[in-house]
Amino acid sequence: MNRQGYYGRWGGAFIPEVLHETFRELNAAFAAAKADPAFWTGYVDLMATYSCRPTPLTHCPNLSRALGGAQIYVKREDLNHTGAHKANNVMGQGLLMQRMGKTRVIAETGAGQHGVATATMAARFGFACTIYMGAEDVRRQRPNVFWMEKLGAQVVPVTDGSQTLKDAINEAFRDWVTNMSDTHYCLGTVCGPHPFPEMVGYFQGLIGQEARRQILTACGRLPARVYACVGGGSNAYGIMSGFLDDSRVELIGVEAGGLGLDSGRHAARIAGRHGQAGVAQGYRTLFLQDEDGQMQDTHSVAAGLDYIGVSPILADLAEAGRVRFAAATDQEVLLALDRTMKAEGLIPALESAHAFAHAFKEVGELSPEESVIINMSGRGDKDIFTIAHAFGDPSWQAFIRERGREYGA
Amino acid sequence: MALEERIRALRSKKDILLMTHIVLGYPSLAVNRRVIKAMVDAGVDLIELQIPFSEPMADGPVILKANQVAIESGIRVAACLDFAREMVQAHPIPFLFMTYCNIVFRHGEEAFLDRAVAAGIKGVILPDLPPEEGADFLALARAKGVAPILIYAPTSTGARMRELAGHAAGFIYCVARKGVTGKATRFDADLAVYLGRCRAATSLPLAVGFGLRSREDVQFLTGKADIAVVGSETIRVVDRDGPDAVGPFLAGLLGR
Repeated sequence: MNRQGYYGRWGGAFIPEVLHETFRELNAAFAAAKADPAFWTGYVDLMATYSCRPTPLTHCPNLSRALGGAQIYVKREDLNHTGAHKANNVMGQGLLMQRMGKTRVIAETGAGQHGVATATMAARFGFACTIYMGAEDVRRQRPNVFWMEKLGAQVVPVTDGSQTLKDAINEAFRDWVTNMSDTHYCLGTVCGPHPFPEMVGYFQGLIGQEARRQILTACGRLPARVYACVGGGSNAYGIMSGFLDDSRVELIGVEAGGLGLDSGRHAARIAGRHGQAGVAQGYRTLFLQDEDGQMQDTHSVAAGLDYIGVSPILADLAEAGRVRFAAATDQEVLLALDRTMKAEGLIPALESAHAFAHAFKEVGELSPEESVIINMSGRGDKDIFTIAHAFGDPSWQAFIRERGREYGA
Repeated sequence: MALEERIRALRSKKDILLMTHIVLGYPSLAVNRRVIKAMVDAGVDLIELQIPFSEPMADGPVILKANQVAIESGIRVAACLDFAREMVQAHPIPFLFMTYCNIVFRHGEEAFLDRAVAAGIKGVILPDLPPEEGADFLALARAKGVAPILIYAPTSTGARMRELAGHAAGFIYCVARKGVTGKATRFDADLAVYLGRCRAATSLPLAVGFGLRSREDVQFLTGKADIAVVGSETIRVVDRDGPDAVGPFLAGLLGR
């Protein structure tokens, strides 16, 4: 038997029979695209003219000085069109859909960034678009729902289970098994059945290729460390893939520590050693689950990190010792966000702020001659309601009350 | 007797067999017990016992909700195994397990199969385990006398169907249409052509499920398949009218 898409003991394609032919077709189309040099050139060109690539690598002199350690550089994925690294993956899959002749795209979304990016891609390519989003995430990320709908997508709130990302993924699969003849499922991260981890990783690899070139230009040497937040793991794998062969560059993935690793309210699958080997949502990885194999509820202040599983590629890199995992709590994340805004004028997404929070804890160990890169996977303006609530900002609350009154609340 | 022979023996006396489906622990094992008795009394030939899973990707809204409610009410895999043993002892028809990979893997594949054998379970259906991923498990199940039931879909090619049949035992479960459980299926010429393709690809008995609701659906399948499968609709009947309505509903399906 040919077991495809494995990274060590993780990965695979545990899919219902009805999707067997769909995956065969997708594997063939992706393999043909990868083998066609014009496809990658066309992809890079599209990202340059539509999504501000290459995104800059920004030096942070104030933070570097204040923390007294390595020079801090930030890879600016927030400057992608739609405000996050998600654009890289969806535009690549959009080009693939064109080659396959599909006319409808479906996607799941947690924080909403992948949903907004997919809706944008659908508008650009002229595809019909349906986005599945946990009802809880719809409440948390209302501004992104607004944009998806304005971009022409239908947003379907999922009221099953914990009403978060994992439930949105299940619902997207249910749609796909009914409509696969004209529909592509644009999965948003380096998870799910083969070939999705490889395919999403291929497109997100652009981040790492650019970052490696840019840090060499800026510093004349490779960074000591690269930090990235890990939900599913697409921004992390994207930037880390550029440095995997550079054994001296330490790679650190930062998961959602939520209310603390002992609280039972987090999404730290690897850092807290709470993840157990399992098979769900079409692939084998470390999942937060109970002794019976039932998936558990997760928590994070950042909707995009609030996921039960983790990329099989990252699970393998963790097991091999190539990527070190850590976690940042909700509270640490808010403090890091505040500090980053005031020191550098950058507004990272709550997801990205996990990477900042953990980097701030560690950079003092390094010397000013060294550098670190933090991947700023997305921008934080989408989180304005969550952040304002967390900071308890009185003038914002007064504004919301006033707006509520205007709408007859 | 192995499952395939049991089915052939039953089938020699009837034009078509009926298989029903229960989500264990939904709404409770006590209600499951009453519903299963009503099913057996109504003349059901086989029963699928679904061990709930939190992420049932092949199931539609009715069974999905039943899975979630059962888990929330505290059902455990060990209780499902015990309940299965009790049902096998109480009723003289074959019982099967249906669940998802993770339940089996977390329990331990061999341990799970051994406990299924000890309970008297005759077959196992794992809709998210294609042979590419589960050849070893499927072979182990066959070796232990638990028939691995594999699934055909309308999108399966003839070559694929033959490959699947090579890993299966007992019978083949033919999904009547693309999609998840519980939505309406059109019982039409396209379905007949598809079932003809299924028949040509294997000598194993054929079961047909997904979307069966009426006497006419069962009549349509008679002569084209060996087993009609009713899943979501019995759950709807229990939800709407209570366990006592199951018997009359099934008697109506079978025209008795």
